[in-house]
Amino acid sequence: MRLAERAHTLPPSGIRKFFELTEARDDVISLGVGEPDFSAPWAARTAAIDSLERGRTSYTANRGIAALRERIAAHHERYGQRYDPETEVVVTTGASEAVDLAFRALVDPGDVVAVHEPTYISYRPGIELAGGKPLAVPTRAADDFRLTRERLEAAGADAADLLVLCYPNNPTGAIMDEGTLAEVAAFCREHDLRVVADEIYAALTYGGEHASIATQPGMRERSVVINGFSKAYAMTGLRLGYALGPADAIDGMNRIHQYTMLSAPTTAQHAAMAALDRCDEEVREMVDEYNRRRRLVVSRFNGMGLDTFEPKGAFYAFPDCGGDDDRFAEELLESTGVAVVPGSVFGSGGEGHLRVSYATSMRELKEATDRMAAFVEEAWEPDR
Amino acid sequence: MEAEREVLDVLARNAREGIDDIAAQTGLDAATVEEAIATLEGNGVVHGYQAVIDWDATEEGKIRAIVEINVELDRETGYEQVADRIAKFPAVDALHLVSGDYDFAVEVLGESMQDVSQFISEQVAPLPEVTQTVTHYIMETYKDGGIRFVDGDEDDRLSVSP
Repeated sequence: MRLAERAHTLPPSGIRKFFELTEARDDVISLGVGEPDFSAPWAARTAAIDSLERGRTSYTANRGIAALRERIAAHHERYGQRYDPETEVVVTTGASEAVDLAFRALVDPGDVVAVHEPTYISYRPGIELAGGKPLAVPTRAADDFRLTRERLEAAGADAADLLVLCYPNNPTGAIMDEGTLAEVAAFCREHDLRVVADEIYAALTYGGEHASIATQPGMRERSVVINGFSKAYAMTGLRLGYALGPADAIDGMNRIHQYTMLSAPTTAQHAAMAALDRCDEEVREMVDEYNRRRRLVVSRFNGMGLDTFEPKGAFYAFPDCGGDDDRFAEELLESTGVAVVPGSVFGSGGEGHLRVSYATSMRELKEATDRMAAFVEEAWEPDR
Repeated sequence: MEAEREVLDVLARNAREGIDDIAAQTGLDAATVEEAIATLEGNGVVHGYQAVIDWDATEEGKIRAIVEINVELDRETGYEQVADRIAKFPAVDALHLVSGDYDFAVEVLGESMQDVSQFISEQVAPLPEVTQTVTHYIMETYKDGGIRFVDGDEDDRLSVSP
Protein backbone atom coordinates (compact mmCIF):
# COMPACT_ATOMS: atom_id res chain seq x y z
CA MET A 1 0.00 0.00 0.00
CA ARG A 2 1.20 3.52 -0.67
CA LEU A 3 2.23 5.12 2.57
CA ALA A 4 2.27 8.76 3.45
CA GLU A 5 5.64 10.45 3.29
CA ARG A 6 5.80 10.93 7.05
CA ALA A 7 5.45 7.21 7.73
CA HIS A 8 8.27 6.52 5.26
CA THR A 9 10.68 9.07 6.58
CA LEU A 10 10.40 8.28 10.30
CA PRO A 11 13.61 6.36 11.03
CA PRO A 12 13.32 3.05 12.90
CA SER A 13 14.15 3.35 16.60
CA GLY A 14 17.83 2.72 17.34
CA ILE A 15 16.79 0.52 20.21
CA ARG A 16 15.19 -1.92 17.80
CA LYS A 17 18.50 -3.56 16.82
CA PHE A 18 19.35 -4.39 20.42
CA PHE A 19 15.86 -5.60 21.09
CA GLU A 20 16.22 -8.09 18.23
CA LEU A 21 19.71 -9.21 19.24
CA THR A 22 18.48 -9.74 22.80
CA GLU A 23 15.30 -11.52 21.84
CA ALA A 24 17.33 -13.98 19.75
CA ARG A 25 18.88 -15.42 22.92
CA ASP A 26 17.14 -17.05 25.86
CA ASP A 27 19.88 -16.70 28.49
CA VAL A 28 19.94 -12.92 28.71
CA ILE A 29 20.05 -10.78 31.83
CA SER A 30 18.64 -7.55 30.49
CA LEU A 31 19.70 -4.22 31.91
CA GLY A 32 18.05 -2.66 28.88
CA VAL A 33 14.52 -2.33 30.17
CA GLY A 34 13.01 1.13 30.44
CA GLU A 35 10.21 0.27 32.83
CA PRO A 36 9.92 -0.80 36.49
CA ASP A 37 10.37 -4.47 37.40
CA PHE A 38 7.70 -4.10 40.08
CA SER A 39 4.03 -4.69 39.35
CA ALA A 40 1.53 -1.92 40.01
CA PRO A 41 0.62 -1.70 43.72
CA TRP A 42 -2.10 -4.16 44.62
CA ALA A 43 -4.44 -1.39 45.80
CA ALA A 44 -4.30 0.16 42.32
CA ARG A 45 -4.89 -3.19 40.65
CA THR A 46 -7.88 -4.01 42.87
CA ALA A 47 -9.34 -0.57 42.16
CA ALA A 48 -9.13 -1.37 38.45
CA ILE A 49 -10.84 -4.72 39.03
CA ASP A 50 -13.53 -3.10 41.23
CA SER A 51 -14.25 -0.52 38.57
CA LEU A 52 -14.77 -3.27 36.01
CA GLU A 53 -17.03 -5.20 38.38
CA ARG A 54 -19.11 -2.09 38.91
CA GLY A 55 -19.42 -1.72 35.17
CA ARG A 56 -17.32 1.44 34.84
CA THR A 57 -16.60 0.80 31.18
CA SER A 58 -17.79 4.00 29.54
CA TYR A 59 -15.87 7.01 28.28
CA THR A 60 -14.96 9.60 30.86
CA ALA A 61 -14.90 13.39 30.46
CA ASN A 62 -12.34 14.35 27.80
CA ARG A 63 -10.02 15.81 30.39
CA GLY A 64 -10.40 12.80 32.68
CA ILE A 65 -12.56 11.98 35.70
CA ALA A 66 -12.94 15.19 37.75
CA ALA A 67 -12.07 13.43 41.01
CA LEU A 68 -8.85 12.16 39.45
CA ARG A 69 -7.89 15.63 38.20
CA GLU A 70 -8.45 17.00 41.70
CA ARG A 71 -6.18 14.32 43.16
CA ILE A 72 -3.52 14.96 40.50
CA ALA A 73 -3.53 18.69 41.26
CA ALA A 74 -3.30 18.01 45.01
CA HIS A 75 -0.52 15.45 44.48
CA HIS A 76 1.49 17.84 42.30
CA GLU A 77 1.55 20.47 45.06
CA ARG A 78 4.49 18.55 46.54
CA TYR A 79 6.54 20.03 43.68
CA GLY A 80 5.58 23.54 44.71
CA GLN A 81 2.94 24.41 42.14
CA ARG A 82 -0.85 24.46 42.21
CA TYR A 83 -2.86 23.80 39.05
CA ASP A 84 -6.61 24.25 38.68
CA PRO A 85 -8.12 20.78 38.15
CA GLU A 86 -10.93 22.28 36.05
CA THR A 87 -8.88 24.16 33.50
CA GLU A 88 -5.19 23.33 33.93
CA VAL A 89 -5.11 19.51 33.94
CA VAL A 90 -5.71 16.97 31.17
CA VAL A 91 -5.45 13.22 31.72
CA THR A 92 -3.90 11.37 28.79
CA THR A 93 -3.18 7.88 27.50
CA GLY A 94 0.28 7.65 28.97
CA ALA A 95 2.65 10.59 29.27
CA SER A 96 3.50 9.75 25.64
CA GLU A 97 0.17 11.09 24.47
CA ALA A 98 0.69 14.22 26.55
CA VAL A 99 4.07 14.78 24.87
CA ASP A 100 2.50 14.33 21.44
CA LEU A 101 -0.39 16.67 22.30
CA ALA A 102 1.99 19.30 23.59
CA PHE A 103 3.97 19.28 20.33
CA ARG A 104 0.83 19.40 18.22
CA ALA A 105 -0.66 22.20 20.28
CA LEU A 106 2.50 24.30 20.63
CA VAL A 107 4.55 23.74 17.46
CA ASP A 108 3.77 25.41 14.14
CA PRO A 109 5.36 24.11 10.93
CA GLY A 110 8.92 25.37 10.77
CA ASP A 111 9.18 26.11 14.52
CA VAL A 112 12.53 25.18 15.99
CA VAL A 113 12.35 22.93 19.04
CA ALA A 114 15.48 22.57 21.16
CA VAL A 115 16.02 19.15 22.69
CA HIS A 116 18.90 18.38 25.03
CA GLU A 117 20.61 15.11 24.25
CA PRO A 118 21.14 12.30 25.12
CA THR A 119 17.49 11.91 25.92
CA TYR A 120 14.43 9.75 25.52
CA ILE A 121 13.93 8.81 21.88
CA SER A 122 10.35 9.95 21.21
CA TYR A 123 10.75 13.73 21.20
CA ARG A 124 12.49 14.12 17.85
CA PRO A 125 9.89 12.07 15.89
CA GLY A 126 7.09 13.81 17.80
CA ILE A 127 8.44 17.24 16.89
CA GLU A 128 8.86 16.23 13.24
CA LEU A 129 5.33 14.82 13.06
CA ALA A 130 4.10 18.20 14.30
CA GLY A 131 6.07 19.91 11.52
CA GLY A 132 8.73 21.31 13.82
CA LYS A 133 12.50 21.28 13.38
CA PRO A 134 14.39 19.57 16.21
CA LEU A 135 17.56 21.28 17.35
CA ALA A 136 19.92 19.00 19.29
CA VAL A 137 21.56 20.52 22.36
CA PRO A 138 24.26 18.06 23.43
CA THR A 139 24.89 17.88 27.17
CA ARG A 140 28.19 16.69 28.58
CA ALA A 141 29.49 14.13 31.00
CA ALA A 142 31.59 16.95 32.50
CA ASP A 143 28.32 18.63 33.60
CA ASP A 144 26.85 15.32 34.81
CA PHE A 145 24.56 15.65 31.76
CA ARG A 146 22.72 18.67 33.16
CA LEU A 147 21.46 21.17 30.61
CA THR A 148 23.38 24.40 31.13
CA ARG A 149 22.92 27.88 29.75
CA GLU A 150 26.32 27.53 28.10
CA ARG A 151 25.21 24.40 26.19
CA LEU A 152 22.01 26.15 25.07
CA GLU A 153 24.01 29.10 23.78
CA ALA A 154 26.58 26.89 22.05
CA ALA A 155 23.82 25.05 20.18
CA GLY A 156 22.11 28.28 19.07
CA ALA A 157 18.97 27.56 21.06
CA ASP A 158 18.30 31.30 21.43
CA ALA A 159 16.59 31.03 18.04
CA ALA A 160 14.34 28.18 19.16
CA ASP A 161 10.61 28.54 19.85
CA LEU A 162 10.30 25.72 22.32
CA LEU A 163 12.53 23.71 24.65
CA VAL A 164 11.94 20.09 25.63
CA LEU A 165 13.23 19.30 29.09
CA CYS A 166 13.42 15.71 30.36
CA TYR A 167 14.71 15.58 33.93
CA PRO A 168 15.15 13.29 35.82
CA ASN A 169 16.62 12.07 32.56
CA ASN A 170 16.30 8.87 30.64
CA PRO A 171 18.96 7.60 29.71
CA THR A 172 21.49 9.32 32.00
CA GLY A 173 19.73 9.44 35.37
CA ALA A 174 20.78 13.10 35.58
CA ILE A 175 18.68 15.66 37.43
CA MET A 176 18.69 19.46 37.31
CA ASP A 177 19.78 21.34 40.41
CA GLU A 178 18.19 24.66 41.38
CA GLY A 179 21.12 26.72 40.11
CA THR A 180 21.22 25.20 36.62
CA LEU A 181 17.44 25.24 36.43
CA ALA A 182 17.45 28.98 37.21
CA GLU A 183 20.01 29.57 34.40
CA VAL A 184 17.88 27.65 31.91
CA ALA A 185 14.74 29.49 33.05
CA ALA A 186 16.47 32.84 32.58
CA PHE A 187 17.56 31.78 29.08
CA CYS A 188 13.97 30.81 28.22
CA ARG A 189 12.59 34.12 29.45
CA GLU A 190 15.23 36.16 27.65
CA HIS A 191 14.75 34.38 24.34
CA ASP A 192 11.03 33.76 24.70
CA LEU A 193 11.15 29.97 24.68
CA ARG A 194 8.20 27.96 25.86
CA VAL A 195 8.96 24.66 27.63
CA VAL A 196 7.58 21.14 27.48
CA ALA A 197 8.89 19.48 30.64
CA ASP A 198 8.57 15.70 30.67
CA GLU A 199 8.79 14.96 34.40
CA ILE A 200 7.68 11.32 34.27
CA TYR A 201 10.52 10.31 36.64
CA ALA A 202 9.84 13.12 39.14
CA ALA A 203 8.95 10.69 41.95
CA LEU A 204 12.19 8.78 41.45
CA THR A 205 14.87 11.06 42.85
CA TYR A 206 17.48 10.15 45.43
CA GLY A 207 18.53 12.55 48.10
CA GLY A 208 16.24 15.48 47.31
CA GLU A 209 12.82 16.38 45.93
CA HIS A 210 12.49 16.91 42.18
CA ALA A 211 12.74 20.55 41.06
CA SER A 212 10.34 21.56 38.28
CA ILE A 213 11.13 24.29 35.76
CA ALA A 214 7.58 25.62 36.19
CA THR A 215 8.42 26.77 39.71
CA GLN A 216 11.07 29.18 38.41
CA PRO A 217 9.98 32.84 38.23
CA GLY A 218 7.92 33.58 35.14
CA MET A 219 8.03 29.97 33.96
CA ARG A 220 4.62 28.65 34.98
CA GLU A 221 2.89 30.57 32.21
CA ARG A 222 5.31 29.33 29.55
CA SER A 223 5.59 25.65 30.58
CA VAL A 224 3.59 22.50 30.05
CA VAL A 225 4.54 19.93 32.69
CA ILE A 226 4.00 16.27 31.89
CA ASN A 227 3.90 13.41 34.35
CA GLY A 228 2.12 10.09 34.74
CA PHE A 229 1.69 6.87 36.63
CA SER A 230 3.98 4.58 34.63
CA LYS A 231 7.27 4.99 36.45
CA ALA A 232 6.33 6.10 39.98
CA TYR A 233 3.53 3.55 40.38
CA ALA A 234 4.88 0.85 38.04
CA MET A 235 1.77 1.17 35.86
CA THR A 236 3.35 1.35 32.38
CA GLY A 237 0.85 -1.01 30.78
CA LEU A 238 -2.15 0.88 32.14
CA ARG A 239 -1.17 3.81 29.95
CA LEU A 240 -2.01 6.82 32.07
CA GLY A 241 -0.37 10.21 32.12
CA TYR A 242 -1.30 13.87 32.44
CA ALA A 243 -0.31 17.36 31.48
CA LEU A 244 -0.40 20.46 33.67
CA GLY A 245 -0.11 23.97 32.35
CA PRO A 246 -1.73 27.32 31.76
CA ALA A 247 -5.41 27.05 30.79
CA ASP A 248 -4.89 28.11 27.16
CA ALA A 249 -2.22 25.45 26.55
CA ILE A 250 -4.24 22.70 28.25
CA ASP A 251 -7.34 23.80 26.34
CA GLY A 252 -5.42 23.57 23.06
CA MET A 253 -4.12 20.12 23.94
CA ASN A 254 -7.56 18.99 25.03
CA ARG A 255 -9.09 20.13 21.73
CA ILE A 256 -6.77 17.73 19.89
CA HIS A 257 -7.16 15.02 22.55
CA GLN A 258 -10.98 15.05 22.27
CA TYR A 259 -10.77 14.09 18.60
CA THR A 260 -7.77 11.78 18.62
CA MET A 261 -8.27 9.95 21.93
CA LEU A 262 -11.63 11.10 23.32
CA SER A 263 -10.59 10.11 26.83
CA ALA A 264 -7.86 8.16 28.59
CA PRO A 265 -8.61 4.53 29.55
CA THR A 266 -11.36 4.49 32.20
CA THR A 267 -10.07 1.45 34.07
CA ALA A 268 -6.64 3.02 34.36
CA GLN A 269 -8.15 6.24 35.70
CA HIS A 270 -9.77 4.30 38.53
CA ALA A 271 -6.49 2.55 39.27
CA ALA A 272 -4.76 5.95 39.29
CA MET A 273 -7.15 7.38 41.89
CA ALA A 274 -6.36 4.48 44.21
CA ALA A 275 -2.66 4.92 43.49
CA LEU A 276 -2.81 8.55 44.60
CA ASP A 277 -5.01 7.78 47.61
CA ARG A 278 -3.36 4.71 49.01
CA CYS A 279 0.01 3.85 47.50
CA ASP A 280 2.49 6.37 48.95
CA GLU A 281 4.04 3.65 51.10
CA GLU A 282 4.59 1.31 48.12
CA VAL A 283 6.16 4.13 46.13
CA ARG A 284 8.47 4.90 49.05
CA GLU A 285 9.52 1.24 49.25
CA MET A 286 10.16 1.08 45.50
CA VAL A 287 12.24 4.27 45.66
CA ASP A 288 14.25 2.88 48.60
CA GLU A 289 14.93 -0.32 46.67
CA TYR A 290 15.93 1.57 43.51
CA ASN A 291 18.22 3.67 45.64
CA ARG A 292 20.03 0.62 47.05
CA ARG A 293 20.41 -0.84 43.57
CA ARG A 294 21.58 2.51 42.22
CA ARG A 295 24.34 2.75 44.77
CA LEU A 296 25.36 -0.85 44.15
CA VAL A 297 25.65 -0.57 40.36
CA VAL A 298 27.40 2.80 40.44
CA SER A 299 29.93 1.53 42.95
CA ARG A 300 30.47 -1.63 40.91
CA PHE A 301 30.93 0.25 37.62
CA ASN A 302 33.44 2.64 39.12
CA GLY A 303 35.12 -0.38 40.72
CA MET A 304 35.54 -2.10 37.35
CA GLY A 305 36.99 1.04 35.78
CA LEU A 306 33.91 2.33 33.93
CA ASP A 307 33.62 5.96 35.02
CA THR A 308 30.08 6.60 36.22
CA PHE A 309 28.79 9.88 37.62
CA GLU A 310 26.25 9.64 40.40
CA PRO A 311 22.80 9.55 38.78
CA LYS A 312 20.30 11.14 41.14
CA GLY A 313 17.07 10.29 39.38
CA ALA A 314 15.10 7.75 37.31
CA PHE A 315 16.47 4.17 37.32
CA TYR A 316 19.43 4.41 34.98
CA ALA A 317 23.17 4.62 35.35
CA PHE A 318 25.21 5.92 32.43
CA PRO A 319 28.76 4.53 32.62
CA ASP A 320 31.49 5.67 30.26
CA CYS A 321 32.72 2.54 28.47
CA GLY A 322 35.93 4.11 27.19
CA GLY A 323 35.23 3.29 23.57
CA ASP A 324 32.60 2.63 20.97
CA ASP A 325 29.39 2.04 22.89
CA ASP A 326 27.73 0.07 20.13
CA ARG A 327 30.68 -2.32 19.93
CA PHE A 328 30.79 -2.64 23.72
CA ALA A 329 27.10 -3.50 23.93
CA GLU A 330 27.28 -6.03 21.10
CA GLU A 331 30.41 -7.76 22.39
CA LEU A 332 29.07 -7.77 25.95
CA LEU A 333 25.82 -9.39 24.86
CA GLU A 334 27.65 -11.86 22.64
CA SER A 335 30.15 -13.00 25.25
CA THR A 336 28.25 -12.65 28.55
CA GLY A 337 24.54 -12.56 27.78
CA VAL A 338 24.13 -9.18 29.50
CA ALA A 339 22.10 -6.64 27.55
CA VAL A 340 22.64 -2.88 27.90
CA VAL A 341 21.67 -0.09 25.50
CA PRO A 342 24.39 1.92 23.73
CA GLY A 343 24.22 5.58 24.77
CA SER A 344 24.44 6.85 21.20
CA VAL A 345 20.92 5.54 20.59
CA PHE A 346 19.75 8.50 22.70
CA GLY A 347 21.41 11.17 20.60
CA SER A 348 24.51 13.30 20.54
CA GLY A 349 26.52 13.30 23.74
CA GLY A 350 25.52 9.71 24.49
CA GLU A 351 28.31 8.10 22.49
CA GLY A 352 30.90 6.22 24.51
CA HIS A 353 28.34 5.56 27.23
CA LEU A 354 25.93 2.78 28.13
CA ARG A 355 22.42 3.05 29.48
CA VAL A 356 22.11 0.55 32.29
CA SER A 357 18.68 0.13 33.80
CA TYR A 358 18.63 -0.97 37.42
CA ALA A 359 14.92 -1.77 37.28
CA THR A 360 15.98 -5.38 37.78
CA SER A 361 16.29 -7.50 40.91
CA MET A 362 19.34 -7.10 43.14
CA ARG A 363 20.30 -10.70 42.45
CA GLU A 364 20.33 -10.15 38.67
CA LEU A 365 22.17 -6.85 39.03
CA LYS A 366 24.92 -8.57 40.99
CA GLU A 367 25.19 -11.40 38.48
CA ALA A 368 25.14 -9.00 35.52
CA THR A 369 27.75 -6.66 36.99
CA ASP A 370 29.98 -9.64 37.88
CA ARG A 371 29.83 -10.73 34.26
CA MET A 372 30.47 -7.18 33.05
CA ALA A 373 33.49 -6.85 35.33
CA ALA A 374 34.95 -10.05 33.89
CA PHE A 375 34.26 -8.80 30.36
CA VAL A 376 35.93 -5.44 31.00
CA GLU A 377 38.90 -7.17 32.62
CA GLU A 378 39.45 -9.90 30.04
CA ALA A 379 37.86 -9.06 26.73
CA TRP A 380 37.14 -5.36 26.28
CA GLU A 381 39.63 -3.27 24.35
CA PRO A 382 38.87 0.41 24.85
CA ASP A 383 39.56 2.84 22.02
CA ARG A 384 40.96 5.45 24.35
CA MET B 1 21.12 5.79 64.05
CA GLU B 2 20.47 6.60 60.37
CA ALA B 3 23.18 4.10 59.37
CA GLU B 4 21.62 1.38 61.53
CA ARG B 5 18.25 1.98 59.95
CA GLU B 6 19.71 1.70 56.43
CA VAL B 7 21.55 -1.49 57.30
CA LEU B 8 18.40 -2.90 58.89
CA ASP B 9 16.42 -2.20 55.70
CA VAL B 10 18.93 -4.22 53.69
CA LEU B 11 19.08 -7.11 56.18
CA ALA B 12 15.28 -7.26 56.45
CA ARG B 13 15.17 -7.95 52.71
CA ASN B 14 18.14 -10.29 52.55
CA ALA B 15 20.04 -11.29 55.68
CA ARG B 16 22.73 -12.94 53.56
CA GLU B 17 24.01 -9.70 52.05
CA GLY B 18 27.74 -9.41 52.72
CA ILE B 19 29.33 -6.39 54.36
CA ASP B 20 30.68 -5.05 51.04
CA ASP B 21 27.33 -5.33 49.30
CA ILE B 22 25.52 -3.68 52.21
CA ALA B 23 28.12 -0.90 52.10
CA ALA B 24 27.62 -0.47 48.34
CA GLN B 25 23.83 -0.39 48.63
CA THR B 26 23.72 2.06 51.52
CA GLY B 27 26.64 4.27 50.51
CA LEU B 28 28.24 3.67 53.92
CA ASP B 29 31.78 2.42 54.33
CA ALA B 30 32.39 -1.19 55.36
CA ALA B 31 33.58 -0.28 58.85
CA THR B 32 30.41 1.72 59.54
CA VAL B 33 28.29 -1.20 58.35
CA GLU B 34 30.10 -3.61 60.65
CA GLU B 35 29.69 -1.23 63.54
CA ALA B 36 25.97 -0.79 62.80
CA ILE B 37 25.45 -4.55 62.72
CA ALA B 38 27.31 -4.96 66.00
CA THR B 39 25.12 -2.27 67.57
CA LEU B 40 21.92 -3.81 66.20
CA GLU B 41 22.92 -7.21 67.56
CA GLY B 42 24.11 -5.79 70.86
CA ASN B 43 21.03 -3.73 71.69
CA GLY B 44 18.54 -6.50 70.92
CA VAL B 45 17.18 -5.23 67.61
CA VAL B 46 18.61 -8.10 65.57
CA HIS B 47 18.26 -11.44 67.36
CA GLY B 48 19.44 -13.74 64.60
CA TYR B 49 19.46 -14.62 60.93
CA GLN B 50 17.32 -17.40 59.47
CA ALA B 51 16.18 -18.75 56.14
CA VAL B 52 12.50 -18.48 55.21
CA ILE B 53 11.65 -22.13 54.69
CA ASP B 54 8.67 -23.81 53.09
CA TRP B 55 8.80 -27.05 55.08
CA ASP B 56 6.12 -28.58 52.87
CA ALA B 57 8.58 -28.45 50.01
CA THR B 58 11.24 -30.44 51.87
CA GLU B 59 11.59 -34.23 51.65
CA GLU B 60 10.51 -35.09 55.19
CA GLY B 61 8.06 -32.24 55.67
CA LYS B 62 7.25 -30.72 59.03
CA ILE B 63 3.99 -29.87 60.67
CA ARG B 64 3.34 -26.37 61.90
CA ALA B 65 0.52 -25.29 64.14
CA ILE B 66 -0.73 -22.10 65.67
CA VAL B 67 -1.92 -22.75 69.20
CA GLU B 68 -4.17 -20.39 71.14
CA ILE B 69 -3.51 -20.52 74.83
CA ASN B 70 -5.57 -19.05 77.64
CA VAL B 71 -4.02 -18.65 81.03
CA GLU B 72 -5.11 -17.67 84.49
CA LEU B 73 -2.74 -15.47 86.41
CA ASP B 74 -2.38 -15.08 90.14
CA ARG B 75 -0.54 -12.77 92.49
CA GLU B 76 2.79 -14.56 92.04
CA THR B 77 2.53 -15.35 88.35
CA GLY B 78 2.35 -12.86 85.49
CA TYR B 79 2.41 -13.23 81.69
CA GLU B 80 6.21 -12.99 81.74
CA GLN B 81 6.57 -16.04 83.96
CA VAL B 82 4.11 -18.12 81.92
CA ALA B 83 5.74 -17.03 78.67
CA ASP B 84 9.10 -18.00 80.02
CA ARG B 85 7.88 -21.51 80.80
CA ILE B 86 6.29 -21.99 77.39
CA ALA B 87 9.16 -20.47 75.42
CA LYS B 88 11.67 -22.89 76.94
CA PHE B 89 10.25 -25.80 74.90
CA PRO B 90 12.32 -26.20 71.73
CA ALA B 91 9.16 -27.12 69.78
CA VAL B 92 7.89 -23.58 70.32
CA ASP B 93 9.01 -21.60 67.31
CA ALA B 94 7.36 -18.30 68.17
CA LEU B 95 5.40 -16.98 71.12
CA HIS B 96 3.34 -13.83 71.23
CA LEU B 97 1.11 -12.24 73.85
CA VAL B 98 -1.91 -11.06 71.90
CA SER B 99 -5.03 -8.98 72.40
CA GLY B 100 -8.47 -10.52 71.86
CA ASP B 101 -10.13 -13.79 72.80
CA TYR B 102 -7.06 -15.57 74.09
CA ASP B 103 -3.75 -14.67 75.71
CA PHE B 104 -0.89 -16.34 73.84
CA ALA B 105 -0.45 -17.25 70.21
CA VAL B 106 2.17 -19.96 69.92
CA GLU B 107 3.73 -21.28 66.74
CA VAL B 108 4.75 -24.89 67.14
CA LEU B 109 6.90 -26.92 64.79
CA GLY B 110 6.79 -30.72 64.94
CA GLU B 111 7.53 -33.86 62.96
CA SER B 112 3.88 -34.92 62.67
CA MET B 113 0.38 -33.96 63.81
CA GLN B 114 0.64 -36.56 66.51
CA ASP B 115 3.93 -35.14 67.65
CA VAL B 116 2.41 -31.67 67.96
CA SER B 117 -0.78 -32.75 69.74
CA GLN B 118 1.23 -34.86 72.14
CA PHE B 119 3.44 -31.89 72.93
CA ILE B 120 0.43 -29.67 73.60
CA SER B 121 -1.54 -32.16 75.65
CA GLU B 122 1.39 -33.54 77.62
CA GLN B 123 3.60 -30.53 78.12
CA VAL B 124 1.69 -27.28 77.62
CA ALA B 125 -1.87 -28.03 78.80
CA PRO B 126 -0.74 -29.40 82.18
CA LEU B 127 1.04 -26.15 83.11
CA PRO B 128 -0.89 -24.89 86.15
CA GLU B 129 -1.69 -21.47 84.63
CA VAL B 130 -2.98 -22.82 81.33
CA THR B 131 -6.78 -23.07 81.29
CA GLN B 132 -7.44 -23.81 77.62
CA THR B 133 -5.64 -24.58 74.37
CA VAL B 134 -6.91 -24.59 70.78
CA THR B 135 -4.63 -26.02 68.12
CA HIS B 136 -4.82 -24.91 64.48
CA TYR B 137 -2.73 -27.03 62.15
CA ILE B 138 -1.37 -25.11 59.22
CA MET B 139 -2.66 -26.73 56.06
CA GLU B 140 -0.89 -24.59 53.51
CA THR B 141 1.45 -21.60 53.66
CA TYR B 142 1.15 -18.94 51.00
CA LYS B 143 3.44 -16.29 52.39
CA ASP B 144 5.91 -16.17 55.27
CA GLY B 145 8.49 -13.63 56.37
CA GLY B 146 7.11 -11.27 53.71
CA ILE B 147 7.92 -13.75 50.94
CA ARG B 148 5.31 -15.35 48.66
CA PHE B 149 5.65 -19.14 48.39
CA VAL B 150 4.25 -19.21 44.86
CA ASP B 151 6.02 -17.78 41.85
CA GLY B 152 5.62 -14.02 41.82
CA ASP B 153 4.23 -12.01 38.96
CA GLU B 154 5.99 -13.18 35.84
CA ASP B 155 8.40 -10.70 34.28
CA ASP B 156 6.72 -10.25 30.94
CA ARG B 157 8.46 -7.00 30.06
CA LEU B 158 10.09 -6.55 26.68
CA SER B 159 13.78 -7.40 27.05
CA VAL B 160 14.87 -4.00 25.73
CA SER B 161 12.67 -0.91 25.72
CA PRO B 162 13.23 2.84 25.43
